[in-house]
Amino acid sequence: MQVKWAALGEVFLVGFGVAVSVVLLFTLGVLGLSARATARERGAGGGVGQALAGVCFTACGGVVLYGVYLIAFG
Amino acid sequence: MEASLLVVVVVATALIFDFTNGFHDTANAMASSIATGALKPRTAVALSAVLNLVGAFLSVEVAKTISGGLVDDARITPAVVFGGLVGAIVWNLVTWFVGLPSSSSHALFGGLIGATWISAGADAVHFAKLVDKILVPAVAAPLVAGVIAMTGSFLTYRLVRRARQDVVGRGFRAGQVVSASLVSLAHGTNDAQKTMGIITLTMITAGMLPAQAGPPTWVVVSAALAIALGTYVGGWRIIRTLGKGLTSIEAPQGFASDASAATVILASSHLGFPLSTTHVCSGSIVGAGVGRRAPDVRWGVAGRMVLAWLVTLPASAGVGAVAGKLSSTGVVGTVAVAAMGLAVGAWIYRASRRNPVNAETVARAEQADEPESPVEPASAPVTV
Repeated sequence: MQVKWAALGEVFLVGFGVAVSVVLLFTLGVLGLSARATARERGAGGGVGQALAGVCFTACGGVVLYGVYLIAFG
Repeated sequence: MEASLLVVVVVATALIFDFTNGFHDTANAMASSIATGALKPRTAVALSAVLNLVGAFLSVEVAKTISGGLVDDARITPAVVFGGLVGAIVWNLVTWFVGLPSSSSHALFGGLIGATWISAGADAVHFAKLVDKILVPAVAAPLVAGVIAMTGSFLTYRLVRRARQDVVGRGFRAGQVVSASLVSLAHGTNDAQKTMGIITLTMITAGMLPAQAGPPTWVVVSAALAIALGTYVGGWRIIRTLGKGLTSIEAPQGFASDASAATVILASSHLGFPLSTTHVCSGSIVGAGVGRRAPDVRWGVAGRMVLAWLVTLPASAGVGAVAGKLSSTGVVGTVAVAAMGLAVGAWIYRASRRNPVNAETVARAEQADEPESPVEPASAPVTV
């Protein structure tokens, strides 16, 4: 009986770091979209919101692609 | 001649197990997307089926032992494997009927342990492995995934408090489609492999393949198709429990839960601490529920689910033991086990028809439960 506590701890830390970061990034992106929608209603461009959303969603996309890479070739 | 007939029976049974594995576990990836209306029920299971099919072909790494060292592979005969499979299938059907998400891997391990114990002796089962392969992961998986999903959904609800709720609903539903797909893909690579491993091992023990052989192409193709077909049929009863029974899920929670599940599954399989998909996904959903509003979680349902997890291994071991013992007595025994397995399956199927849950009723039940209709994107309320 050798429980790999270190590996379990690692799974928790890595999982926590990655998942919470992705969720926060995505939430920031959604906030960007929301800011853009509000700005557009006032007749402004909403460029800042759009840029924020673009950056965040691109970063999330990168993480997803890395996930697919891990599944396929890991 | 008798041996090869037995192999045919075992292969067929393994594919049936693969099928039950598919429809039992659709809920893991898709329940929250269906509950939040990110995907229509039929679309969700179709997407999940395709990803499971793709996933089954993606991974080339086949586990050398299907049992992960739980039982002494050298002392297993095809008849024992057959008994173990019947035990796993029966338990999967029973838990599906009552709508409880239990681990298909545990059912398989349990069936194999029971069948091996009774026909090859207790010393052919490596009990020490039980703790580190099954008990600790079973406790750790829902806790790890739950804490992560809880943190994620808690932070999300803090942040989106003042944002436009229509944009929030749309955005997270879109994100959920991606994160749920990732869970499906990861599931396909893991679970179809188990069936391929079983069929290959059986053929090796029967001398039809050389030792250490990889699965032949037809095994890969048929296992992939069986799990995809099972996924497409959709385990609506379990989808209802996970999507609606544990807690009411909104889009941001669904996203946090799927993201947590996908990350934990991937991290666990790459850092050497395998966790059951079912336990991770159920834990994530409960965690996402706690992260928004703890009283919304129906702890009674969660308790029943945990009870099912505890019982899964011993219960399928019991069925596996009887089936394994009987089937290793010879052709008559094997036929008897097959007949009994079919009878149980037919009985559960008939009982399930009396109170059917399908793509349509899953959606209806949800709308009845929640008058504000989470399916309508523009009006989806996000309470903070």
